[in-house]
Amino acid sequence: MVIDYGAGNLRSVARAIAHVHEAPNVTADPADIAAAGALVLPGVGAAADTMANLRSRGLVTPILDYIAAGRPFLGVCMGLQALLEWSEEGGEECLGVLPGKVRKFSPEGRKVPHMGWNTVEWVRDHPFIEGVPSGSAFYFVHSFYPEVSDPGLALGLTEYGVEFASVVARDNVVATQFHPEKSGDHGLLLYRNFVRWALAGGGVAQVAAAAGRAS
Amino acid sequence: MLMRRIIPCFDVDRGRVVKGISFVELRDAGDPVELAKFYDAEGADELVFLDITASSDDRATVYDMVAATADQVFIPFTVGGGIRAVTDMKIMLELGADKVSINTSAIQTPDLINEGAYRFGSQCIVVAIDARRVPGQAGKWEVFTHGGRNPTGLDAVEWAREATARGAGELLVTSMDTDGHLKGYDNVLLRAMSDAVTVPVVASGGAGGPEHMAEALTEGHADAVLAASIFHFGTYSIRQVKEYLANAGIPVRLEAAQPV
Repeated sequence: MVIDYGAGNLRSVARAIAHVHEAPNVTADPADIAAAGALVLPGVGAAADTMANLRSRGLVTPILDYIAAGRPFLGVCMGLQALLEWSEEGGEECLGVLPGKVRKFSPEGRKVPHMGWNTVEWVRDHPFIEGVPSGSAFYFVHSFYPEVSDPGLALGLTEYGVEFASVVARDNVVATQFHPEKSGDHGLLLYRNFVRWALAGGGVAQVAAAAGRAS
Repeated sequence: MLMRRIIPCFDVDRGRVVKGISFVELRDAGDPVELAKFYDAEGADELVFLDITASSDDRATVYDMVAATADQVFIPFTVGGGIRAVTDMKIMLELGADKVSINTSAIQTPDLINEGAYRFGSQCIVVAIDARRVPGQAGKWEVFTHGGRNPTGLDAVEWAREATARGAGELLVTSMDTDGHLKGYDNVLLRAMSDAVTVPVVASGGAGGPEHMAEALTEGHADAVLAASIFHFGTYSIRQVKEYLANAGIPVRLEAAQPV
């Protein structure tokens, strides 16, 4: 299921999922979220708009409840940034699912937005990236980047003046700063991996394992 | 590392590619979707469609093309030509284009840049600039509109600054002096434009081979290079160009993935 809150890349994300699996349910109805087998939060544009749209549509609590229940979740671009605690873009408070902040690129000799294909180096293994070589290039368009406060969150790293976590993953949550739906076959492979991971109980087992370790 | 982008450009008339590629067996070399898929598989980083349909009665043909491309091609693509209002931008973006490119309409109605950037984000507003050297004045270029027919009196570098200040997220810079000659881009123009703005500059006009692309990306400070005929006539493949650039130390995306 793909959350419709007016994000510009909503249709591209839905098309990519349709290409690798089947057409997803695209919904703006908070009541649908609890019933989703897998949830995708797309996004492009400004943090303030994103959060304002999520709030005005009553989507914040259903998303947080869904994630807290350990169900498979994918955030894309702004859908990653929204998971962090706070964004420098408008000083916006975000969902706070993952520890970290969203920072603005400092231009110093570089073009902003960071636009185009950049490489991503995997720092660990994960079902989401299966079959995609480390160092593969993905399509980025953004002026702000995620600064995670727990380095263990990073699954992929990218350098653009600063090194940042371009893919994060924890338990049932994965998210990319780049646009897999615009990154050719490697991007499609990530969507296929996400669907397979979700169908296999995506992250739920890992959450249970983490709970088991904690107890 | 951020890669330099290689972008094939197609002219589209009533939903069909004209001057289409002529070197490979395609079921239908005028079909934009088939061509887009071919170039995607070849390693193109992005695609640009320039709609040259003369009659507004035929606009629906380009809408169908954009939607069909977005359904089957998973790399970014830009649509230019015939975009005169925010509603035109909205239609193209909702159909699945990643960016819209405006040229004459941006000069006639500069607020269109601001409105488009405000509504849809700078990242999807490309301002295309056709520039010609001002005779006798080194380092001066004039902006032309209507496919290069009408002089505007505007200085190209000044217009580049204004367009980005208004919210353009990328500039597509075509030199009318070098366009069509296959002898290289106007790297002095490109460098002046690229150094004047903080957004990416796409070089256009004059590519005859990969060495010209390398020059535009180094001497010209361009972030991406666009070309039409050298790809469409099969003079060079995208892969050949990229291998050349990689050997010249320019970062390009070379990896090949299995189709998903």
